[in-house]
Amino acid sequence: MNRLRRTMLFVPGNSPGMIRDAHIYGSDSIMFDLEDSVALGEKDAARHLVYQALKTIDYGTIEKVVRVNPLNTVYGQDDIEAMVQAKVNVIRLPKTETPQDILDTEEIITSIEKKADMEIGSTKMMAAIESALGVVNAYSIAISSNRLVGIALGAEDYTASLKTTRSLDGVELFFARSQIVVAARAAGIDAIDTVFSNLNDMETFEKEIRLIKQLGFDGKSVINPRQIDVVHKIFAPTEKEIEKALRILSAMKEAEEKGSGVVNLDGKMIDKPVLLRAQRMIEMAVASGMYYPEDNEEE
Amino acid sequence: MKNYAGREIPDILLEKGKMSPYNPLITNGLKKKESLSSAERQRQSRKIVDSLEKAVALSGLQNGMTISFHHHFRDGDYVVNYVIDRLAEMGFKHLRLAASSLTNIHAPLIRHIQNHVIDSIETSGLRGELAEAISKGLMDVPVTFRSHGGRAYAISSDQLHIDVAFLGAPSCDPFGNANGYSRDTEDTSACGSMGYARVDANYADKVIILTDHIVPYPNIPFGISQYQVDYIVEIPEIGDKNKIMSGATRYTNNPRDLLIAQKAVDVIAASGYFYDGFSLQTGSGGAALATTRFLREKMIARNIKANFALGGITGQIVKLHEEGLIKKLLDVQSFDLDAAESLKNNRFHQQIDANYYADPFSEGSVVNELDVVVLSALEVDTGFNVNVLTGSDGIIRGAIGGHQDTAAGAAFSIVVAPLTRGRNSSILNHVNTLTTPGDTVDVVVTDQGIAVNPLRPEIIERMKKAHIPLSTIEELKEKAEKIVGIAEALPFEDQIVGIVTYRDGSILDVIRKIRNDH
Repeated sequence: MNRLRRTMLFVPGNSPGMIRDAHIYGSDSIMFDLEDSVALGEKDAARHLVYQALKTIDYGTIEKVVRVNPLNTVYGQDDIEAMVQAKVNVIRLPKTETPQDILDTEEIITSIEKKADMEIGSTKMMAAIESALGVVNAYSIAISSNRLVGIALGAEDYTASLKTTRSLDGVELFFARSQIVVAARAAGIDAIDTVFSNLNDMETFEKEIRLIKQLGFDGKSVINPRQIDVVHKIFAPTEKEIEKALRILSAMKEAEEKGSGVVNLDGKMIDKPVLLRAQRMIEMAVASGMYYPEDNEEE
Repeated sequence: MKNYAGREIPDILLEKGKMSPYNPLITNGLKKKESLSSAERQRQSRKIVDSLEKAVALSGLQNGMTISFHHHFRDGDYVVNYVIDRLAEMGFKHLRLAASSLTNIHAPLIRHIQNHVIDSIETSGLRGELAEAISKGLMDVPVTFRSHGGRAYAISSDQLHIDVAFLGAPSCDPFGNANGYSRDTEDTSACGSMGYARVDANYADKVIILTDHIVPYPNIPFGISQYQVDYIVEIPEIGDKNKIMSGATRYTNNPRDLLIAQKAVDVIAASGYFYDGFSLQTGSGGAALATTRFLREKMIARNIKANFALGGITGQIVKLHEEGLIKKLLDVQSFDLDAAESLKNNRFHQQIDANYYADPFSEGSVVNELDVVVLSALEVDTGFNVNVLTGSDGIIRGAIGGHQDTAAGAAFSIVVAPLTRGRNSSILNHVNTLTTPGDTVDVVVTDQGIAVNPLRPEIIERMKKAHIPLSTIEELKEKAEKIVGIAEALPFEDQIVGIVTYRDGSILDVIRKIRNDH
């Protein structure tokens, strides 16, 4: 099963209480932040804290991501070195503008993996695209490394680089969002949307999730645990969709058992994309607690 | 013989003095009143007394007697401090203070305890500086802690005899009809239900109402009725209505509380007690109160309505009532101003007293009709025993409230707590203070796992069927200890500072003095 990345919870790297409990809220990924939420004077303390947390706390099956400082700062390289050694799942690079940014980071990761006797390539990467240049280069960034599991939009810096501001309906992000989804799909990786920071405006938040789901995004970065369930609910399939997907999959199983290459349902032939979507739907249903395969085995 | 009215009454009816002939000169209370207008009578009401001192003198209060108070104003209460200050000035000593509960605002009592104005205390709980001082050995006599139901029972059975009750009321008419709000005026310091005070009014020898709003007769609906009231004293302010909603009854946005609340609602929905016509109560504490919010979604999704909600009523519960999701409200205590407002305006929002609410031996106690209750805890142990009185530092910082009563009465009781608080595990081998016995607690819900009491195997089955992941209570404890380690034993000394009673009046546990430098 592909890893779901519906929600990536931002956790400031300098907040012990939040780091300790980050996994209890059920997000698909946790992103410990060493970059913008940590003041310059606390960079090394935060790095140490997150390093220790990754080494000692059992976060279960949740994907552990760390947003490191950019390589053009004095913190970037130390961040990467510590996090790779702590066996983080994903290094998230901020402010990615060119494939070279990725290649530079990859080089460092590879050398640390070698030094630490780790499997080469075991540390994955994710790139945040936060500028006009980054958006234009989205596809070349997305295909620049096999370590990349996804690209994400960072809207605050991006809108600033466009010389505009954020609006409620997000019209200024429309191109960037579509560009990122298309680039991610073309590269076969995930597309993650930007954060929504007004915690009290749940209505607009919900609208935005519906929009990005429709655009094709895999998920969204969230800044507060209260946002997690809202995203998961909107990304969850409906009962009807689950039922249909199950019928498609059982038709597929039947065809396999018969040794037939063609899958038929209700007299219609089912195409490969429809089959894949049905599989994806059931994975999502299981993750959303709406479908329990073991129940059906009993029946 | 002929009676006063000149009618012949057969002697046989008067033998042995069983009945007496009509004579208004003897029973002068039955004489026709002077033909005063109602307005005039209200002006001349003998119940309204100029000053508290006068009312106290009239009440016959003596040194060593028991005085009582209610806590419907929580942290906004001015009455207790006002009255005890006056009693101290008047020279009273050795009084027993029987309050339905005491809060942060009652720190000035420390001085009166040191000066022996107050010798002993009965209460549901203690908080703040007073609680800390008592935990550190302030009093010679231990404080007796009773649940709300236990207090009502103790008072009605005369195990706790109240000589004079001093009851603050946001509105009162000249004959003593008092209530926690008024339909005559908008600007009262409303506290809503007077459920705990009503017990005192019913059973105390003398009842003094303190009010800042004398309203025209009759002040209906009333919480306390005119026939129970002896004296009325008008004072400038009885409380601060903005502090009714204190810490214990706050509206939370804390993600951990909300997570716990969400899990508790999943548990309720799977419990078998979530059916059309069910009943519920949410105890104080952020997570417990927040369950209402998530319950609403579940009720709508499953087309379920509740017949009634009980207890401390909150604005959240009122919203569900006004939406038609909860048909009726039984209110012994209004947790916030929205609840107080609803009691005033909503026809099916009923004020009840503490005997009606939770008295273990009354002929009808609502807690026994309750399906689901969600309660908070400071500590839980592996026997599902709960502590709601002392904090992890061993200092008193809570109240039994209706915890024991609803846990025992409800068909299904859930206790919610964060798995860890600061650097401490909420789940221990043995609670530091036992306030609610584990055999009345069915499920413990934490942010990091749910444990069902093995005494309820059918609940375990239902949870499994609904795919609710379960842990054993021991597993939860180990999980917490993995994060925060095991706390050192608290430095308790021998002196007993508190006696924790169960709702039937028996002694459940004692609280010992915590070392002073702790």
